[in-house]
Amino acid sequence: MEARQWQDRYPDGQRGRLGILGAGHIGPVVARLALGAGYPVDIAASGDPEDIALITELIVPGARPRWASDAAADADIVVLAMPLHRFLDVDPGLLSGKLVVDAMNYWPASDGRLPLFEDPVSEDPVSEDGAFEDGTGASSSEIVARRLAGSRVVKALNHIGYHELEDQARPAGAKDRKAAGVAGDDPGAVEAIARLVDQIGYDPARVGGLAAGRILQPGGPVFGVTLNLPEFERVVQEHARSLT
Amino acid sequence: MTDTSVYTFGLDTFGDRNADASGTPLSHAQTIRNVVEEGVFAEQAGVDFFGIGEHHTDYFPMPAGDVALAAIAARTSRIRLGSAVTVLSSDDPVRVFQRYSTLNAISSGRAEVILGRGSSIESFPLFGYDLADYEKLFDEKATLFAELLKGGPVTWEGKTRPALLNQDVVPHSESGPIPTWIGVGGNPESVIRAARLGFGLALAIIGGNPARFAPYSELFRRALEKFGRGPLPVLMHAPGHVAATDEQAKAEFWPRYRDIFTLVAAERGFANPTGDRFEWESGPDGALFVGSPETVARKIASNLRALGATRFDLKYGMPGMTHDSLLTGIELYGREVIPRVRELLATEAAAV
Repeated sequence: MEARQWQDRYPDGQRGRLGILGAGHIGPVVARLALGAGYPVDIAASGDPEDIALITELIVPGARPRWASDAAADADIVVLAMPLHRFLDVDPGLLSGKLVVDAMNYWPASDGRLPLFEDPVSEDPVSEDGAFEDGTGASSSEIVARRLAGSRVVKALNHIGYHELEDQARPAGAKDRKAAGVAGDDPGAVEAIARLVDQIGYDPARVGGLAAGRILQPGGPVFGVTLNLPEFERVVQEHARSLT
Repeated sequence: MTDTSVYTFGLDTFGDRNADASGTPLSHAQTIRNVVEEGVFAEQAGVDFFGIGEHHTDYFPMPAGDVALAAIAARTSRIRLGSAVTVLSSDDPVRVFQRYSTLNAISSGRAEVILGRGSSIESFPLFGYDLADYEKLFDEKATLFAELLKGGPVTWEGKTRPALLNQDVVPHSESGPIPTWIGVGGNPESVIRAARLGFGLALAIIGGNPARFAPYSELFRRALEKFGRGPLPVLMHAPGHVAATDEQAKAEFWPRYRDIFTLVAAERGFANPTGDRFEWESGPDGALFVGSPETVARKIASNLRALGATRFDLKYGMPGMTHDSLLTGIELYGREVIPRVRELLATEAAAV
């Protein structure tokens, strides 16, 4: 895979094992990009790995099909790539102590309403600089993080369409490289995921804490678009100004 | 020359609401009458299949496409007619079977069904279904539909509709099971489902490079083997518009594409379409088939080859286009694009 040739900027020791939970739309795409960047990858659906053996062999060659519990247990980074309503079936204990990427979206217009994600009150509605206080409730990743109290949660890889994520990936320094947003409350976790984002082909755009992650959500200014880093930052700043 | 009769070429519409030349929208009723004319004209132009996708909106006022297909059936004799797609999750599989079996009777065996969701979600609140149950509803109802297609009395029990006990469901087909496909938008688990149930694979590609779906065709083939089934066809569905020149096709299509995707973007919370992205999607690697007959034909031929598909369905037009420009597009597709694709595929095959 051509991704391999552009990923020599980080020592191998920094590529921990990815456990991707979800073998539907976005999971296999993230898995392929990560494999191309030199990460070992496990992938799991909701059931028996045998059910996704063919999918893994042909769509994500190089990954190992696993039970979700095994993929999570062995992973350094767990990627939540299932539909959000399926997340409610995940035992938070499986992810305890893990670095978790929330690549899911709460998208009622497309997937239906989930009462848990209709929470009108954010526990932390203001990002550090106060720029994203917009009177709406918690970001979906804050709600995910509340359920995963033992995990470090970073929102990323959710806002570029799954059909574009692979087409638009570029090596570091390419002039048509695009940006991908990263949001999280734990600086070390954010850096690890920013590195992953960089390695799979995007300039990481650190947008703030999980509360600020709402700008990456459906309805936010960068959802469903791919922009280069200066454009991305400009759009985020304009959005912040529009809320003050 | 290689035999290219294995390939078939269709047109799909969602009942895109027409406008007049000044841009004023036509009524829903006139749009539906125009769709019937377009279907009849498609046969005259040499198109093999005409599909109508279920939608429930002001800009796609086409919730009962099977009724329009029946009107087309009564005025045609050769073209195959089907849904593209039927939103099975929010429908009753027994009623879907009965409606398309009736269409099959009227058309003397020309009916097909593509089951899926498409981008249509309006039917869920309309009929009291929860979108969050989508997968469960689809899986169970598709399984029942497969049972109904076998033709004998059906015994079935599930959670999404009342059970059936040795139930004879009419009308019986006189031409075997209605050809049925599952529309897949990129989820490999849906490919496995199609193979498990013995339905054709309809790859609905609306963005990005279609060639990336090539492994899905292989996945489908391998899954059919695993389930002990014989080969089944792969269909590619993609949007576009054909006009005399690339420039004219884009000038007619892009403003209407921009308008509708801007509207949908606002409804669903994603960013507006950009001209740059449209140009890329209309280019050789993208998923839009917008251009002259030669441009569109070359793109279809290369994608059919890349995907190992034997059928291509063009979802023609966009809401806000005129009936006349759609008819011109249908004529060019039938009389120029289809023969040219066959020629390209035969030449390529012969050159191998």
